This record gives sequence, structure tokens and C-alpha cells, in this order.
Amino acid sequence: MRYSGLKVFTEGLLGNRGWKPVWRDPAPKASYDAVIIGGGGHGLATAYYLAKNHGLTNIAVLEKGYLGSGNIGRNTTIVRANYFLPGNSEFYSHSMKLWEGLEADLNYNVMHSQRGLINLFHSDGQRDAFARRGNAMINQGDDAILLDRDGVRELLPYLDFDNTRFPIYGGLLHPRGGTARHDAVAWGYARAADRRGVDLIQNCEVTGIDIANGRVTGVQTTRGAIRAAKVGMVVAGRSSQVAAMAGLRLPIESHILQAFVTEGLKPVIDHVISFGMGHFYISQSDKGGLVFGGDLDFYASYAARGNLPMVEHVMEAGMTLMPMIGRARVLRSWGGIMDMTPDGSPIIDKTPIDGLFIDAGWNYGGFKAVPASGFCMAHLMATGTSHPVAARFKLNRFATGHILDEEGTGSQHNLH
Amino acid sequence: MRIDSKGRIDRSRPLTFVFDGTSYAGFKGDTLASALMANNVRVVGRSFKYHRPRGILTAGSEEPNALVEVLGPSNQTPNTRATMQELFEGLVARSQNRWPSLGLDLLEVNDLAAPFLSAGFYYKTFMWPRRLWEGLYEPLIRRAAGLGRLSGKHDEGTYEKAWAHCDLLVIGAGPAGLMAALTAARAGVDVILCDESSEPGGRLLSDEGAIDGLPAADWVAGVLAEMASLPNLRLMTRTTVTGAYDDGTFGALERVGLHRRPRPNLPRECFWRIVAKRSILAAGALERAIAFENNDRPGVMMASALSTYLNRYGVVPGKRIALFANTDSARNTARSLMAAGVEVAAIIDPREDAAEEPGTTVHRGAVVARARGRMGLREITIRKGASETRLSVDCLGVSGGWNPTLHLTCHMNGRPRWSADLAAFVPNDGAIPGMLVAGAANGSFSTHGCLAAGAEAARASLAALGMAAPMAALPQAEDAPYAIAPLWQVPTKKRAWLDFANDVTTKDVALSAQEGFTSVEHMKRYTTQGMAPDQGKNSNVAALAVLADATGRGIPETGTTTFRPPFAPVSIAAMGAGGRGAGFAPQRFLTSDRASRDRHAPMIEAGLWYRPSYFPKPGETTWRESCDREVMMVRSSVGVTDVSTLGKIDIQGPDAGRFLDFVYTNTFSTLPVGRVRYGLMLREDGHVLDDGTCARLGETHWLMTTTTAAAGLVMRHLDFVHQAFCADWQVRFTSVTEGWAQFAVAGPRARDLITSALGRAPGLPFMGCSDVTVQGIAGRLFRISFSGEEGYEIAVPTRYGEALFRDLIARAETMGGGPYGMEALNVLRIEKGFITHAEIHGRTTACDIGMEKMVSAKKDCIGKAAAARPGMTGPEREQLVGLKPLTDSPITAGAHLFAQGAELTRENSAGYVTSVGYSPLLKSHLALAFLKNGRARHGETIRLVDRLRDIDVLCSVTGPVFHDPEGEKLRA
Amino acid sequence: MRLTCPFCGPRDRREFHYYGAADYLNRPGPEAAASAWDDYLHNRDNPAGVTQDLWYHEQGCAAWLKVTRNTVTHEILAVDAVAGGAA
Repeated sequence: MRYSGLKVFTEGLLGNRGWKPVWRDPAPKASYDAVIIGGGGHGLATAYYLAKNHGLTNIAVLEKGYLGSGNIGRNTTIVRANYFLPGNSEFYSHSMKLWEGLEADLNYNVMHSQRGLINLFHSDGQRDAFARRGNAMINQGDDAILLDRDGVRELLPYLDFDNTRFPIYGGLLHPRGGTARHDAVAWGYARAADRRGVDLIQNCEVTGIDIANGRVTGVQTTRGAIRAAKVGMVVAGRSSQVAAMAGLRLPIESHILQAFVTEGLKPVIDHVISFGMGHFYISQSDKGGLVFGGDLDFYASYAARGNLPMVEHVMEAGMTLMPMIGRARVLRSWGGIMDMTPDGSPIIDKTPIDGLFIDAGWNYGGFKAVPASGFCMAHLMATGTSHPVAARFKLNRFATGHILDEEGTGSQHNLH
Repeated sequence: MRIDSKGRIDRSRPLTFVFDGTSYAGFKGDTLASALMANNVRVVGRSFKYHRPRGILTAGSEEPNALVEVLGPSNQTPNTRATMQELFEGLVARSQNRWPSLGLDLLEVNDLAAPFLSAGFYYKTFMWPRRLWEGLYEPLIRRAAGLGRLSGKHDEGTYEKAWAHCDLLVIGAGPAGLMAALTAARAGVDVILCDESSEPGGRLLSDEGAIDGLPAADWVAGVLAEMASLPNLRLMTRTTVTGAYDDGTFGALERVGLHRRPRPNLPRECFWRIVAKRSILAAGALERAIAFENNDRPGVMMASALSTYLNRYGVVPGKRIALFANTDSARNTARSLMAAGVEVAAIIDPREDAAEEPGTTVHRGAVVARARGRMGLREITIRKGASETRLSVDCLGVSGGWNPTLHLTCHMNGRPRWSADLAAFVPNDGAIPGMLVAGAANGSFSTHGCLAAGAEAARASLAALGMAAPMAALPQAEDAPYAIAPLWQVPTKKRAWLDFANDVTTKDVALSAQEGFTSVEHMKRYTTQGMAPDQGKNSNVAALAVLADATGRGIPETGTTTFRPPFAPVSIAAMGAGGRGAGFAPQRFLTSDRASRDRHAPMIEAGLWYRPSYFPKPGETTWRESCDREVMMVRSSVGVTDVSTLGKIDIQGPDAGRFLDFVYTNTFSTLPVGRVRYGLMLREDGHVLDDGTCARLGETHWLMTTTTAAAGLVMRHLDFVHQAFCADWQVRFTSVTEGWAQFAVAGPRARDLITSALGRAPGLPFMGCSDVTVQGIAGRLFRISFSGEEGYEIAVPTRYGEALFRDLIARAETMGGGPYGMEALNVLRIEKGFITHAEIHGRTTACDIGMEKMVSAKKDCIGKAAAARPGMTGPEREQLVGLKPLTDSPITAGAHLFAQGAELTRENSAGYVTSVGYSPLLKSHLALAFLKNGRARHGETIRLVDRLRDIDVLCSVTGPVFHDPEGEKLRA
Repeated sequence: MRLTCPFCGPRDRREFHYYGAADYLNRPGPEAAASAWDDYLHNRDNPAGVTQDLWYHEQGCAAWLKVTRNTVTHEILAVDAVAGGAA
């Protein structure tokens, strides 16, 4: 069933009785060409691009809960391509291009909205670092504009320019940055993958990975054994547990990142605003809620919930930067489980076990990466070689010292 | 309409207030909702999506409809629940989410278009043409969505945060909470009792029950009187416990000033962090609705809310009322209304065995099929079997049973379980460590049950605290059994509302199931059920039941509902109290701060510190003029600058040298007493952590300096290395950063200035140090330089800092010198090729900055092993170089470097500029930069391109040291 | 979240700085193989359950602490000093 405005209209006239299920609910087959563990954004995108780009349709996505039950539905929905290190730069740039065609590609409105993202800076030194970043973005073929204080004031007149603790020197505007509706991304990829014949199997938890003579042969699940010559682990948030089934110990520590949404408000914030000095970023959803977040709670956790110190810190940052949001009320908070790698960059690579692939370590930036992550993971699983834009996301880069540390805080878990 | 004899309002204190421009009268003790009801205002809001007229549904914080903007003298507060906003003289409120007015809202056209606006319709359309999404569709959607408005002005209100600690926190002051708190407080433990309402009592104030033969409200008054005499009990009204967090920590929001006329310094709200050894959740239960056609019409409301409005506020919303209920609790409402002289036209009870009710007609085995009356209920249709009859009423009280208010028990991932008896979710034991749930929150709905459960929970909590609690006689109260015939929806082909606030109907839930969104989480996210300001408090369980129906599963198999903090929405300003303006982070001031400001130096942030940017002289109009002068002053005579922001760590002990050898890449243990050495410190991952000097003050006494930015980081690092790896070594250290004020004196006449200040020649070799007496004060002198000139740093205890700074400057000025600021300091260090965190930005190795020889081969040190990885060295990495433009052009930090003729792409970027400055000495802009294989490329010409600022300049690549590369001036 | 510092008593989480898994205590010797350093610095069990990690009482006594903790429930099972204590 193809979605369109006309279809919505005709269905409306007919009492909306004709809408069909967005995906089938197949029972798992005994064997597939490839299985993907994890029905989140990255796993569903991997399945979609395996089918679309590589013609692999005898594949399944195994999801222990419901599709999109992980971080794809627990984030602040920001889409950007503003990285500066070679390795990250080309990857996120590629992702942005996929985002820009995603609705047409999936025939699903993921509400990708290029509202513009502004990273504020508060000293000459920060300006220089953002200038380096902005130039890297332009060199990559993406867009960036360096705003001075007045330029920021023109776009964001409601910031506290007079009393905030860290005066606003300017900002780096990334016009193509923005947001998308997070759940819709999972559903859009799921529906499109299903339409290409991919089996999406929910409530199917992988309990073991079968390996013989150094090769993967399939997986054990709560719904029976499934044979497959290729297995992709795409389970950020649970990567260490799933990899452990294959005897692997990963360079990953799991952390909590909280985010918040307020009650609905009439439009008041048009852009995505990022306030580095306060680890605070905010945008307003189409429904009207202010969606914002901060830094990690900063202790290893799988609890998917956080504590007050970071909650309060985030609110305090909001109050020093833009006290006009003071009377908005926080409606809901949540925590996502972040796969934190030592250097803050992801892993899309083969493992030492033949046929077993890993897509993990998305840190706190996985949402915007979903299209390129699926694209590159599909390329890797289908061809056995890394896609050029993901070539530096190697599992062994920590051993070799080819670090991708955008933040520069250190490529150790304890230095995030 | 007021009922004269009823209510707890103070009729001796009339108040006036304004709603949507019209002035009304109310009384002290009213809420905005009750006062509007008394004035027969029926429509108070518009719904989110269809913009349908809406009236008051509830009497609590769960209200989904009656959300208004409250206007203060300088700002407005959107989405205020009229049911929680207490009336005060002069209150001004305004309806929201309507245009142009509440009575005529043009967006009500959405209601006619409802067939095309079904659940998730927006995922299926607005995709073509793509550019119209940002240009047209999305702006329209955004404008139509949203509820109230923020003004866009800074919130200048006062907010507070506070801590409280107690043995036992009791959440909710209804019968269970009062009994629990009283029992515990009588036993002597510290108790905090919080209640969301302005007045403790819970449903005892709303329902006309009796306790120990007294009207329940009188019993409450007695309990409160006793509580007031107990110093170990703190009663916090208007305080909503919003979240349960780890280790007995709770968040709570107190409405301190929202119920009063605003006045300066009166906090609007206070956000409490309550730490409790034990807790009891006695938050009661929330009545739930039944979905039927047009059940959202103004005048359809919760039956229990009718009781509350009658008994607490002396007001009823209609003259002729019907009740639609599947439990007995609504019978109390009917009796109260009839006793107050209000006509109860009918009770519609779906239970076939429902009892008769004197004074009214009971329609047994019947349901309400639909409501009519767009701007206010006029009529309901009663359906029994196949027959339908119409009944004219202007108000309908609905009760679909009760849901325990168990939200807090879900905050730490606890999941409730389904109770078939109660047709409701009840909390599981132990969901929050240390918390017991008592009374209606635990599914115990009778007054007796609540009192008994409260007392029992208190005794159990006391036992856990190691206290014995005497058994006390329980007050006598009703103990009626709870009998419910579950009824979630009355079948209809039209729309029947579940989530009033988000306009989610039973059709939407059915469509969600039809489209395969059968998981409860999918249904919620697809339909937006439960995501409105009430967070599904009124509707989640019913929606789950409707989904279960649609998918042919039972409720427990369909899933559970869960809740995340906060229980009720909390303003950002309250949780962010203290963050406004400078409050967000500490401010650190130098001892010379006042002296610098006296000289009109602009003070700029350096981390948490404020440092002088430059010291303008009369006639100087730009910072560059001042900066150039200060640079030349240092190069030609002498300059003074405050360097106290550098971290200073005092290290002592026989193993101190050994310890320094371990944390620095180079060797310190061999340094003679009275000498200073530059040191490089790595992180264990092999990258540069920090650099600085370390002085050996005595055989076992050292003083380490760190950069300003890394002072705290290095202290933490040293503590870790010591305690984790060599705790048995005899070394101790402490930060003395704030104990010393330290000033750099640099320039060809630096020695003269020091001689003048000390009254004797310093007599120090380059990189020497000694104790000195500065005008009678014991201080320290170091001969070190960050400028390339002969330089000293002189340190005195902090309290003498300002005096010494003023003294040094006065002396310098007699020599043609003076103070210099951060701008000049930066130029001086660039001329000399000294690095800062612009260069050691966390991704830099010793090799990158040309210091690989400083990593001693003879010993282990932190970071040495990781620095040896193949990716950490080599010509493909960017190495520190100097750049000098070939023409007299400005250059910028953040620019990238390209080979001449190369296309400007990521692949061709050969490096980037980290620091720039104009050297008045060399009459040229200078830069430090990282360039691939840079050390082998000195003498090459490279293209510097800053596309953000349209700069494109050819530069020659040089070594990073532009001035005095042999260091002759330093050693003079 | 609260930790009971063995020297200072129960304190709020905001007094402490977290420093990753207790693996960091087992620093390889200078001659150890590169793989041992890779494991030490990067690879982690990262359990969903009981773990041991390092916390620094930065706003208190500056003691480094080894905390035994459940990463799923956040329950604190033990707090020991890294230096000299039960560590």
C-alpha cells in the first residue's frame, strides 16, 4: 500500500477501514541468508539497505521486544552532519544525504525538518575550534556559517545575552541540521524492509550465537534456532551482552543519557540550539514540546533511567542560557542506554569470527547516523568490505592507536 | 452555581479575578476551576487536535482540559491547571490554544476534517513536494499544535531549591497518609508528610464520610492539631512528590507563591530534594472515565470531582445532573448532591444487579450511549439493550472505577501488576527500595482500609528503622467492599474519547491495532495516547483495555502501562533554580581583579576565572593597539601579569621525585634543589594531558604547576595514580592554587624590577627558584618565562596578592613597563612557539608537538605504552609548525591548510591553524598550526583557507619558534 | 543516588566523580604486550548486573573508592577505599 495525501483522503471518506498492517508478523524460518540481531533504527535500516542495495531479501531482523524499542525512540531527534575529524566527517555527511531523500525513499513521512542547528561558543578559543569544524564541514561539501554575537541575536533573540554566565560570542550555524520524528524512522524503515520481503520478527530474543570452526552458523532464540551464514549484531545498548555470546569482549561501557520534554507550547524555538558550556541542547517538536537533553549521568548503567544531579544541571543550563523557558513544565524524562566507546566514535566492522559483523558504539549520537549506519553495515555484510565512508570505524583501532576522538577528552572509558 | 451551606471556602473573603477579559467573583479557598464553575463558565479550553470546546473534567493535577495561561505583571505561565490554581485577588487568566476566541475557534474546522486526521495520518502524507515540508506543511502543523504560549521574555521570577532529610517520607495526606504519618511521628521518628493539595485530607474533604462518629473533615482537623504539636513531623502542603530516585532520594515541587499575589522575592516554587530512609506512598487513586460518543462535551466530568466541587468549594456545575458509573462510589456523589438540593435525574449503572437509590432513578444494565451539546451538555442518550432513551441534563458525572496512583512505583523501572478484582493495575512490592504503598494507592479503596493500611505501613517502616511501634486503636470508618463491572467503552461508530488532552479516541486505538501497531508501546507512540500534559493519568488503562479488545487479548497479555518522572509536570525554572545568569557556575576572581578593573581592563572568562584581556591607555581605541603596545613593552622593558590561575600542587615526601618520574614523561628525580624543570604529562591513552613546570623547593618538597584549564583534572589524575598504583610510596600532595598569588615579570628589565621589589638582586639562573622575602612577606621566586624574555614569577600568599600586584606595576611603570593582559600574553607565547590547550587539545601526542624526546626511554610513565601504538606517531600525523603569511594579510585560527593547487576538499586538507596573533615585533601575522608531516616541510609554501570567513592566504611553513629560537634572551 | 564513603559517610552522588570500571586498577607492567594494554585501557565486561567501578570523592576527602554496584538496579553493594583498604 502506497501512502499519499490522496490515499489519506480516500481512506478518510471510506471510514479508514482500508488501512493495512504496516508490516507482516511472520514466524521465524529455520534458515536465512543473513540475520540481523536488533530491530532498532540501525538494525531495520541495515535490513532495508541489504534488501534494496544488495538484493538480499531472504533475511530476518530479530527483535527481543517490539520494533524500535531501544534508543531510536529515546533520543532528542537531532540530525546533523557537523563533525570535523576525517572518518566521521564523510560518514555523517553521507548520512545527511540519505536523510534528505528518506521520505521519498521509504514512502513514509519521518518529518525530517532542516530547521538549522546552532552551536554556541563562549570564548575566542571555542570560536577557533568551531571555525576548524565549520571549515571541515564545508571542505566535506556540507554547509556551515560562522555567526558573530549579533548574528546569533538575530536568530535567537530570546537568549540571555546580558547576564548569562558564559557570554555568547557567536555560533556555528549548520543550516541543514535539524530534527526528525524518531519513531517514524524506525517504522518507515521497518515498513519499507517488510515490503521488500524482510522478515521482521518481534518478541524474539537471541540467546546464543552458533559458531563452528571460527565461522558463525546461526543463532539460538527464544523462538527456536535459526541458521544463517551471516549475522549482524546491531544492538547498541546491549552490545556487550550480545557480543559476549560470541566470546567477544568489546571496547564499550554502557551509560545513561537522560532527555526531557515539556508540555506542548505554541512555536517559540525554531532551531536546534546547542550550548556546549552547559552540555545543553534543545529544540521544539512539531507537537510543541520543548525537547532537550544534557550530558551523561556518568556512571555505568543499564537502568534506562537517571538521577537528579544531571536533571538539575540540565535545567540550570537552560535557565542561564534562555530563561524564557523557565515557565515551561517538564512533562516526561527518560534515559537511553548509550554504547560508549573509548573515543566516542562508532564501530562498523567484521569481528574475528567469520560471518559475524558488528555495528555498535554509537555513544550519544546514534540517531542521526541511522541511515548511513544501515547503509554501511549492509555494504559490509553483503560485500565483506567496509564502505569507504565507514572505513575508519574499525574494531581494532584502539589497539592500533587510530583514534577518532572528536571531543578530545581522551580515548579511555573513564574520560568521557 | 454555589450551594450556600456547602464547601470549605471562606465566604467572608470575596475575591475578584479575570478570565478571558471578563471579571468574576470568587472566594478565598476557591480554585480557578471552582470559581469559574460558580460563575457558570462551562467552556474553559479547546482540545489539542480538533479544537473542540472543553469543560472542567477533574478537580486535581490530572486535569486534561482546563489548561489556561495565568498572566502575571511581567510574564505569563502557560498550561496552568485551573483545577490547581488557587484563587487570589486580582488573578488574571486566559484561555489558550484557540483563535480568535474561546467561543469561536477557527481551527475547530479540524473537527469536521476528523476522518482525514486519524491516528498517524501525518506519517502518510505531506511528502510531496519535499521542499514544501519545511516551507508550508510543517509551519502549519506547528502553528496548529502546541497548547499555551510562552511570552519569549526572560522568566524573572524567583525560584528556590532545597534539601530535606528524614527517617520517613509519607506521600499523600489522605486517610492512609495521615494515619501513617501520625503513627510514625508518635513513635518519635522524623517524618515529612507531603500533599499536593492546599489542604491535607485527601478524599476525606471531598466525600461526606464519618470517622469515629465525627464528620471526616473534623477528624482530619483533630489529626492536624496533634501533628502541629509534634516537632518531629513536618507537614508540607502544596508539595507534589514528583520523582523517586536512587537510594531514597525524592524530588518534590512546592508551590510557594503561585497561590498568592506576586510580590518581590516571594519564590514562585521550590524544588525539594528529599532524602528519606523509608517512604510510604499514600497518593490515593484516580477515578477513570468511560469512553462513549462525544463523552468530551463540556459538562461531562468525573463523578468524584462533582463531590469535590460540592464539598470543598460549595459549587455544582449543573442544575440537573445524571451519573454514569459502574461502581458504588458514585452513589455517594448522588447522595451528596441530592442532600444539597441538586436534582439527580438518573443514575445509569451498567451492573444488572445494581441497587436502587432513593430519590432518583437507577437505570440498571444500561449505559450512556452519547452526549449532546457542543458548548455545554444538553442531553444524554441512555441505552439499555436495543432501546435508547434521551434525557435532558446539563451535567453528567462519570465513574469507570479507580486506578491506584502508583506512578512513583514505576520511576525505578517497577512494573505494576493487573488485579482482575479491581480491574486495575496495582503496584508490586519492593518496586522502590524502602517504599511501602498504602491505602487506595495500593488498591484499598474503603476509608477503613486506608486507615488500617496507613497504620500498618507506618509500623512496618518503624520496624525497618529499628523502632517498636505501639499498637493503637484504629478510628472507626466505613469499610464497604469494592464491586466493579469493568466497562471501558460504549460501542459507537462515532468518536469516543480516551485521551481528552491529546484527542485520542477509541477509533484511533482500533486503527492502530488494524495497522499492526499492536504492542502497547507502538499504540501509545502511534496515537500519542498518554503523551499529553496529564501523561495518560486519566486514560492509559482504558486505552490499554480498548487495545486488548481490538486485538482479542486480555489486558495483562497486552502489556502494562508505565510512568516516568515527573509525576506532575515541573517548571524548568524550579528544577533549574539558581542557574539564572551568573549562578550557573562558580566565578573565580584573581587577587588582582580589582586592580585590573581599576585600570579599565576588560575581564574575560578563562574557564571559571576572569582574567584581564588588556589594559587600555588613553587614546587607544582598539584592543589591538593596546595589545601591540603591551607586547612591545615586554619585549623592550618589562611587563607584569597575574598568572595565579595556573594550578599549583604542593608535593612532599621522600618518594616525591619517583612519583613525578611516573606521572611526567621526563625525569624529575635528578633535578637539583632550587631548580625548575618543564614537564610533559600524558594521559594513559598516550595523548598529552598537560604541561607545566615543576620546582624542587627542597630535598623532599616540590611544587608542580599545571595549566589553568587542567588544574582540577591533574589533581584528580595524581590522586588516582597515587592511590591506585603506588599508595605505599611516601608522597603526599595538595592543591595550593588558591593559597598563592603569583605574578609573571618579563622583559629585558625584569631583573631590575625584581631587584627593586626585593631590595636585592634575584641571583637566580634560568630555571632556578628560591624562597624570598618580599617587603617582609615570605614568598617564592622562580626564574621561568612564557614570553621568551628573561622572566620571573614571584609568588606570595593570596592575601598579599593585590598589594604586590599594585606595587609591581607601580615599579614597572617607572621603568617604562606596566601590566599586560591575556591578549599580549597570547601573542608573546605564539612568537616564542609555546603551546597552550589550543595545541594540546586532547588529540595531540608528544610526537605531534615535537616533544617525543621528552618521553624518557629509561623509565615507565603514565601513557608511555599507549603512546607507542603505531597510529600515534609517524608522518601521516599532523605536526606542530609555524606559519607566516607571504603577504600582510590577516589569518584566522580554525582555517585549514592545503597544498597549492589542491582542490579544497576534506581529503586534501593537510592540517589546520590552532593559534594566530599579530606580532608587532616581526610586523607580521603569525600562526601555530598542525600540518601533516609538518616538520619535514619547513620552507614550503602552503595555502591557508578559511571558507567561513573568506580568507585565502599563502603562508610559508616554519618552525614554531619565531622569536629568539636559540633562547639567548631567556638565559641572559 | 548516594554513596557511603568509608571516611565521610553517606553522601549525594554529586560529591563524587566517576572513573569507569575497576579494571583501571590492574595496570600492566611496562613490558606487557600491546594486547594487554589494549585490554586494560579499552575492553570491558560491561556487565548488566553487578560490577565494580571507581569513584573519586572529589568534593570530599579525595579518596578513590572501589564501588560494588548493580548496573541494572543501581543498588550499591559495597564501597571500599582503593588505597590500603579492602581493595
